[in-house]
Amino acid sequence: MELPSGLKYSREHEWVRVEGNIAVIGITDFAQSELGDVVYVELPEVGTEVEANNTFGVVESVKAVSDLFAPVSGVVVEANTTLEDQPELVNSEPYEDGWMIRVEMKDDSELSDLLEADSYRAYTEEESG
Amino acid sequence: MSESRLSLENLENRGEFIHRHIAPSDADIESMLGVIGLDSLDDLVEKAIPSSIISDTKLNLAAPRAEQQALADLGSFAARNQVFKSMLGMGYSDCHTPTVILRNILENPGWYTAYTPYQPEISQGRMEALLNFQTMIMDLTGMEIANASLLDEGTAAAEAMTMVMNASRNKGRKFFISKDCHPQTIEVVRTRAEPQDIEVVVGDHRDGALDEDVFGVLLQYPATGGEIFDYADFAAKAHETDALVVVAADILALALLKPPGEFGADVVVGNSQRFGVPLGFGGPHAAYLATREQYKRAMPGRIVGVSIDADENPALRLSLQTREQHIRRERATSNICTAQVLLAVIASMYGVYHGPTGVGRIARRTHRLSGALADGLERMGFSLAADSFFDTVAVRVGEGGAARIVEKAAQRRMNLRVLDDDTIGIALDETTGREEVEVLWEVFAEDGSAPISFDEVEAEAAVRIPESLRRTSPYMTHPVFNSYHAEHEMLRYIYRLQEKDIALTRSMIPLGSCTMKLNATTEMIPVTWEEFGGIHPFAPEEQVRGYRDFIADLEFMLAECTGFDSISMQPNSGAQGEYAGLLVIRKYHESKNEDYRNICLIPSSAHGTNPATAVMAGFEVVVVGCDSDGNVDIADLREKAGKFSEKLAALMITYPSTHGVFEEGIVEICDIIHRNGGQVYMDGANLNALVGICKPGEFGPDVSHMNLHKTFCIPHGGGGPGMGPIGVVKHLSPYLPKHSVVAGVGPETGVDAISAAPWGSAGILPISWMYIAMMGGVGLIKATQVAILNANYVARRLEPHYEVLYKGANGMVAHECIIDIRPLQEASGVTNEDIAKRLMDYGFHAPTMSFPVAGTLMIEPTESESREELDRFCDAMIDIRRDIQEIADGLMSAEDNALKNAPHTASDIAADEWTHPYSREKAVFPLPWVRAAKYWPPVKRVNNPYGDRNLVCSCLPVENYA
Ligand SMILES: Cc1ncc(COP(=O)(O)O)c(C=O)c1O
Repeated sequence: MELPSGLKYSREHEWVRVEGNIAVIGITDFAQSELGDVVYVELPEVGTEVEANNTFGVVESVKAVSDLFAPVSGVVVEANTTLEDQPELVNSEPYEDGWMIRVEMKDDSELSDLLEADSYRAYTEEESG
Repeated sequence: MSESRLSLENLENRGEFIHRHIAPSDADIESMLGVIGLDSLDDLVEKAIPSSIISDTKLNLAAPRAEQQALADLGSFAARNQVFKSMLGMGYSDCHTPTVILRNILENPGWYTAYTPYQPEISQGRMEALLNFQTMIMDLTGMEIANASLLDEGTAAAEAMTMVMNASRNKGRKFFISKDCHPQTIEVVRTRAEPQDIEVVVGDHRDGALDEDVFGVLLQYPATGGEIFDYADFAAKAHETDALVVVAADILALALLKPPGEFGADVVVGNSQRFGVPLGFGGPHAAYLATREQYKRAMPGRIVGVSIDADENPALRLSLQTREQHIRRERATSNICTAQVLLAVIASMYGVYHGPTGVGRIARRTHRLSGALADGLERMGFSLAADSFFDTVAVRVGEGGAARIVEKAAQRRMNLRVLDDDTIGIALDETTGREEVEVLWEVFAEDGSAPISFDEVEAEAAVRIPESLRRTSPYMTHPVFNSYHAEHEMLRYIYRLQEKDIALTRSMIPLGSCTMKLNATTEMIPVTWEEFGGIHPFAPEEQVRGYRDFIADLEFMLAECTGFDSISMQPNSGAQGEYAGLLVIRKYHESKNEDYRNICLIPSSAHGTNPATAVMAGFEVVVVGCDSDGNVDIADLREKAGKFSEKLAALMITYPSTHGVFEEGIVEICDIIHRNGGQVYMDGANLNALVGICKPGEFGPDVSHMNLHKTFCIPHGGGGPGMGPIGVVKHLSPYLPKHSVVAGVGPETGVDAISAAPWGSAGILPISWMYIAMMGGVGLIKATQVAILNANYVARRLEPHYEVLYKGANGMVAHECIIDIRPLQEASGVTNEDIAKRLMDYGFHAPTMSFPVAGTLMIEPTESESREELDRFCDAMIDIRRDIQEIADGLMSAEDNALKNAPHTASDIAADEWTHPYSREKAVFPLPWVRAAKYWPPVKRVNNPYGDRNLVCSCLPVENYA
């Protein structure tokens, strides 16, 4: 399982890359492999307000539907529209071209609730038993 | 050689059918019992079923009847039906089933015994027919995507309401229904709206403005009284406030009318019955639902889509399954599971057979005769209530004259509709001829003889469709609708498709939770009797005495089998039975002024329809855990029932459990629920393990559905029809569904209609009646015993090779068993899906995959499989297990092996090159007996993600199939 250091991870299996006051958000390698072949990603429109720990979209594989949870609060400034035609990027490049939304953060102290790569790894190992 | 003299009774052999239905002979049964280590079938029952639930009341049914006797007895019910010419309309129009379709699809087990196409590789034939259905519906409605059928027009309209509520940007809670919709549609939609807190507003679309908080509207096209309204302005107005527009349209009328897609409809629903499907006293018929591309993810029901197989050839599969209850559970927006596949196939084949030219001609003829009828009546001095119409003429007959005209028509064996005291509706159809128009004139003539000449009137009959509403766009242009008009071509097309599929005509279909038992020919024969097939659901009571008596008799039989007090035949599927049952429970709580009870406990192992239904019925789902044996975690149940005791409405529980086990705790479980003020809904999907031995009405459940398409022999039809009547105990009897159009259905105090027709799909009820009549009490008991025996025999044979997951107290399973593939997957990488696909190379349909536990296979053999067939299946499974071992041991490639590459096609082994590390022979003839009757999968493994990522839900241009 790939877990780049330098990213923050949520217990709902999203990752966050901080670029100034912008949070780039996607789902982790662990999440995509649990879901299987992703066939559809529903993302919010630009300008939508998202709130930490609330859903901001849906990701679907052939056999499962999963809510996407915002790791931080803020306003969506960009959604990855490439995923409309190429949802498989979520599987092949979860941390790069498979990113989902860019959020202008309201409160970057929320980042401290998130996990580092190592503790997220431990968390997933615990979860999968 | 001298023979002892047998008694005449012995020679008459009235119970012969029992041995036709239950495949293992008495000698087989004895030796199979030996394999399990049991003495007798009674011993089996004692070990498998908790004694606390065994009924001590006998099954009080008539003795088994011989096949011919049962047919004769049912025939005497049928003889009491009177088949009048139906001109009632209201969404049900008589038609001719082309005989090539009647004999080769409707009466052909190659089509009617197949299961829902969840395993796409062995279902390409019926999925092609469904793709044709979708394409035909899209063309006729002018929409961009259609599903592969819903249960009836009323529920399709109700589904559309929920769909547009979710899809609309208007977040109001009002749904507008035109008063010109069919009355049963209005009723069914109202029923569905109430628990979801949707306010239904019935009104006249001509009255102008809509409330701001109307999220959707429903219109009938043409209207129920026949008039063709131009809805374009109304639709545009609705869109201004983001309300979405649902149009219920007549499928034949669409051949001549501007399609709803061209005047602003967002969803179009309707009944496809008049495309070749008998009236059947209300069903089964396939409803359709079509919409715009942008709303596809909000659609209910199954959708066939085009994907590719492992060789990148086109291959069909069910698309976008993430919308459905089996994945989305309580978040699903519809509970539909079993639909109306066989009837959709028939309708699509009607389209293939007639083509656009033929369909257009039938529509034109129907319209011409309606026009002539109307003109004649006008010449006779009558006035029309509407100048525009397609096939339904509304005639004013003077103050209070309607009843008298209806009476006079009845004397000529014609049923007309009373629209109001002084207006009559006359709906013509494909079967109406010029003679009937003349008879109608005579009915209307004061002295009984019409003063006009048909030829003269007809010659001048004008088109009654407003110029602006005439269809100009082409439809059914795809070659499939334009190639098979010669009967030979048609016949061969039907057989080409049929031969691609695995149905019960080929081999056992060991699907757990599906009960794929014998659908005996004798049971099927009465379905197409005119006295059953040719009757409109709203025909007057005195014409359907036979039907009513026969239904009452079947209700008695089912009540006797289940121990319930009363039965409602209205639900058209198991899921709809669940819905009806929960509404009954809801009404019961209301009657005790406890309408705040809204918590529905559901075990985590429940079928997806359970949570989806609970939400539709306005309940909140609370999930109860299961223990490691797969049983309901009683401690968790007790805690949650206690915690929510004030608000507890119901528990939904499957018995025997979805894990195929007779849970010991069932009586206690029901008791806990009752003590906390709740009612117990039993999902009856597994009733085949109980009939004749345990009666759910006696051991705790308050209401349960019976899947007549499982336990009581209605064939699955490739994904429907079904019937899911519910039984209830006495205190719930007052709340069974009634019906506003037909009096005397259900109690006055009952819930409103949940189906369009008062007795659901009454036309297939004869199948279940025949089964019970021919089996009698003794046969039914034995069927249950042998169903349990067969499952335990399979479990015992597979146990040395696979882990059997759940068992009851004495190491016994119920009527099905689950084998766990996860440990094998860990060791070899082989998945349950690989095994499912490999079984196709042996000619078998896979067991149920990953329900109720991911990574498992659930096997339900039923009593109708012989020991030889069970052994063949087990041998195949054991052979596959050896291959898995080779992979696990590193003797065979983990990526390139017979399992991962399955299924193998003829093209595979005919290829010049063969690079796999196993032989061609192993690929396609893995065991000697496979050669004798080889099934050739028509495609390689279907690529699932590709189909969902590149959604195509209509017929591909032919060059793609080159
Ligand atoms: C346990 C269970 N419940 C409910 C259903 C739904 O029944 P139906 O498909 O008739 O709607 C099924 C169908 O397979 C089932 O297995």
